Amino acid sequence: MSSVAPVLPDGFVVIVKRECATCQMVEPVLKDIAAHSTPLTVYTQDDPTFPESLSAIHDSDLAVSWHNNIDTVPTLIKVVNGKEVDRTFGWLASDWQRITEIPELGTDLPAMRPGCGSMSVDPDIVDKLRAKFTDSPVIARTVEFSDAEDEFEAMYARGWTDGFPVVPPTRERVLRMLIGTTRHPQDVIAIAPPDLVELTVEKIAINAVMAGCLPEYMPWVIAALEAVCNDQFNMHGVLATTMPVGPVIICNGPGTRAIGMNSGINAFGQGNRANNTIGRAVQLTIRNVGGGRPGEVDRATHGNPGKISFCFAEDEVGSPFTSLATERGIPLGQNAVTVFAGEGPRCVVDQLARTPEELTNSLVACLQTVHHPKLVIGFDAILTISPDHGRVYAEAGWSREKLIAELTERSMTPGADLVRGAREMAEGIPPHLRDATLPKFRPGGILLTYAGGGAGLFSSIVAGWANGAIGSDPVTRVVGS
Amino acid sequence: MATGITILDPTNESKPATRHTLSRPASIKGLTIGLLDISKPRGNLFLNRIEELLTERGAKVLRFSKPTFTKPAPVDLRQEIATQCNLVIEALAD
Repeated sequence: MSSVAPVLPDGFVVIVKRECATCQMVEPVLKDIAAHSTPLTVYTQDDPTFPESLSAIHDSDLAVSWHNNIDTVPTLIKVVNGKEVDRTFGWLASDWQRITEIPELGTDLPAMRPGCGSMSVDPDIVDKLRAKFTDSPVIARTVEFSDAEDEFEAMYARGWTDGFPVVPPTRERVLRMLIGTTRHPQDVIAIAPPDLVELTVEKIAINAVMAGCLPEYMPWVIAALEAVCNDQFNMHGVLATTMPVGPVIICNGPGTRAIGMNSGINAFGQGNRANNTIGRAVQLTIRNVGGGRPGEVDRATHGNPGKISFCFAEDEVGSPFTSLATERGIPLGQNAVTVFAGEGPRCVVDQLARTPEELTNSLVACLQTVHHPKLVIGFDAILTISPDHGRVYAEAGWSREKLIAELTERSMTPGADLVRGAREMAEGIPPHLRDATLPKFRPGGILLTYAGGGAGLFSSIVAGWANGAIGSDPVTRVVGS
Repeated sequence: MATGITILDPTNESKPATRHTLSRPASIKGLTIGLLDISKPRGNLFLNRIEELLTERGAKVLRFSKPTFTKPAPVDLRQEIATQCNLVIEALAD
């Protein structure tokens, strides 16, 4: 698919197109250069008859323009012994005079006139040119659909979707996606469960295209996949469990704002491309490359809609607390993802609390119900404080550490109320813990985050899966380039 | 001939890219063969004769018909055939 870069002839080379007024303006200048001793070669992008007063080579496939990184026409290049030694673009009389060593060149023209966009960077065709001319190490096998097949239906039929349509991962689209990362397409990011196959950047890019990602999301998708594909997070177990959990991705750092992630109104919901497609790309990659499909290794009893995508950013700018990433050891200003094996979010309503103590009591009462009011320590949870609830803590000067300590203290429950059979419920903790007093969560088991719209005296809880060595621990990874 | 869109395979490529036909059974004796009448005129005449020939050769024959030849077989019908038959012959006739 690649092509050898055409060698430019020695002398002066000018690339033009008729559609550009500046190119038309410099036509007499080109004639003047041609009249001097140094050879002039003109390449024309659009109209082979332009410029009329000179013979020009038609760069019909734009190979010359592409390989010489022509962004603007006209571009003047000085070539000596097959090598470029100088260039200018647009019309800047002083530059053209200096490079051509013709002091009187174009003195009747304005001193400066900007050029026009080169056809080789036209957004409508640049992806095709990249696919044609880039010697890209993309090696995935190709799948051809017949003209009688609807490609969207064909991708459904092959089992490649999460139930929603996917964007066809053409070579052009995949190469464009790969621009979003500096990683080599064949870099192995992780071993993807459950089939334990090497997960390359290229395969991630293919699935990111299908998910609807923009190239700038690629580093986040890669970091999230690094974070889930290891023994600590235990993606295989998260897939295989009958519990309704999937990877919940919490994004931190200034990059969340640069790529337009939503940390405000409806942060967990629909409508934001980055939030929804980053999470979706992770799940499509696990499905298609890892081979993790519902009914096969995925044995969830009910599952949850967040298993299509559950990804959001923390509102670090508005938060009265240090961020989750900072809490987990990431330096301020660094982009990071934290993955958590979680179910769907549930709402905590408290519209009346005006003191941090009252509000904390409500949060604890709701957190106690995570999976079962009599099961403690074994499950973690994300607690997402909204701006309206966060203000109560901000005004009282409560820090992250203070809130976590209060949540823990206020959740302490006598073992006698939690053991199996107590309160006329068979479910509960083992009887030997009858005399203990236990908090709801293990140390570090509350992942405190801050997000949501500016109105609503609600917070949100995302319950986790079995934690620790028998289940999944949250994992934080820095987002690379 | 594939003249439609070409895409890059999103999977781990452990399965073949194209689906292959099943190999022929060594014998039809004892197998259950479904005969699907697509409901075109006189398709039944053709299938009646096929049923005779298959039965002579030791196959068990089950008859099915689509509600109309203009539309794909309903999912339920396809599942019924798939669960009850080893082989299926679809009749096109006019």
